[in-house]
Amino acid sequence: MEGFAWLQYDFMRHAFLAILIITPLFGLMGTMIVNRKMAFFSDALGHSALTGIAIGVVLGVNDTSISMAVFAVVFALLLNFISSKVASSADTVISVFSSCSIALGLAILSQGGNFSRYSGLLVGDILSITPQEIGYLFLILLATLAFWLFAFNRLLAVSLNRTLARSLHIPAGWLENLFAALTALTVMVSIKWIGILIINALLILPAAAARNISENMREYHFFAVLFSMFSGILGLVISYYVNVATGPTIAILASIIYFATYFDRRD
Amino acid sequence: MRKIIVPCGLHCIKINHLGVSLGGQEILRDINLHIHCGSLNVVIGRNGAGKSTLIRAILGDIPHTGNIEFKDRENGRIQKLKIGYVPQSMNVEKQTPLSVYDMIASYRSNVPVFLTCGRKIRSRIEEHLKLFEADYLMDKQVCNLSGGELQRVLLSMALMDSPNLLLLDEPVSGIDRNGMELFYKTIYNLKRNYDLAVILISHDLDYVKQYADKVVLLDGDVRKQGSVREVFGSPEFAQVFQGGKEE
Repeated sequence: MEGFAWLQYDFMRHAFLAILIITPLFGLMGTMIVNRKMAFFSDALGHSALTGIAIGVVLGVNDTSISMAVFAVVFALLLNFISSKVASSADTVISVFSSCSIALGLAILSQGGNFSRYSGLLVGDILSITPQEIGYLFLILLATLAFWLFAFNRLLAVSLNRTLARSLHIPAGWLENLFAALTALTVMVSIKWIGILIINALLILPAAAARNISENMREYHFFAVLFSMFSGILGLVISYYVNVATGPTIAILASIIYFATYFDRRD
Repeated sequence: MRKIIVPCGLHCIKINHLGVSLGGQEILRDINLHIHCGSLNVVIGRNGAGKSTLIRAILGDIPHTGNIEFKDRENGRIQKLKIGYVPQSMNVEKQTPLSVYDMIASYRSNVPVFLTCGRKIRSRIEEHLKLFEADYLMDKQVCNLSGGELQRVLLSMALMDSPNLLLLDEPVSGIDRNGMELFYKTIYNLKRNYDLAVILISHDLDYVKQYADKVVLLDGDVRKQGSVREVFGSPEFAQVFQGGKEE
């Protein structure tokens, strides 16, 4: 078939599979990130990828993906802990930690003028994904689905009113930490393919667009996943034919959907 | 409709020597309260007197010293105290895709609200909303409710597992005069017709005078407690409010 000519290449088939996993995953995670006003948090996590790699390089780790994931989870839990302890507003705390960590990462990675080796990470390249890496993405998707099925209600309850949730014996702290760790892992396994600069757009835009036109949680999730998958698949195809990077193309489509729904929103 | 139980007056809740310290600062000390079912107990005090902290300590949201006993006086049995809580507000902004069903089910059900709408929990929620004539709000967005509507929804949610104690945290803010009147009447009917005790934090001394069975004047510790007349006529009351009303 003419329209599916792009699927004849292995790298396109892999990218397509990866998109089919990443986009619903991001659609789901995004709804809760936006609910909990954690957009800045997930952005800071994306930036911490550089620090994770830098730490891996300093420690001489072979696979810097591992040091990146470990650092991101520690960073996410630390941010959670600090924002719950410190009285000043959470966005300031996150900003301080994020600036600190990115500066550290850039300083280490640019030593000896070698930063260009890592600049690919800023934009990402989904066409280079391997079947094994698609497997990791799939595992994270399964973990997220399980978490959503068993813990979504309670996590929502905590975000609506923490004291009320705790009075009903909902383990608020555990849920928040689990969610932060899951967000960290999701961002880290996808960052090589989506890119540091755009990853947050893909988390936030579909959920933000869905909010414009949804009245309840079911519509919210349906539209977020739909918008995410639609812009993901169409973005991949368009980027193939126009020969531009895939991540930005997807983000542009998601932005267009956001603005379209913004003007259609109910007040 | 749920069966209405006439309060027996035989249960009581005792708060013994409750104290709370946060960040090295002592916020509440040696709070002793004795609360009977079927009574409306109102906590009053200045801002920063520790009223919300008291509620959070009773709920177990923050650590406290001392203990809370729940006694069934008829046979002296100590049971597990069930507390219903009506918070001051919910973190819901404009445009949040959260219906009244979603909110209540997220606290009260395991059926994932992002996926499906459980029939059993839905009819249970409806039944409780009906008690406060709020069943028509079921599919409305929480962010579009008026202050009074949200209050009724939160009340019906708090009563879902038949609590022995109902805690209300300054619930009258953001409600107009008529709404306040209605709110106090609702609470009055609740304590008369259900087997529960009510602790209410209030700013509005006029309504307190009219509806409270017992008033607790709080300022770090219990300055004075007793009937409306006893507390309002006391020198401690005059000292805390300096002869005028708060706010």
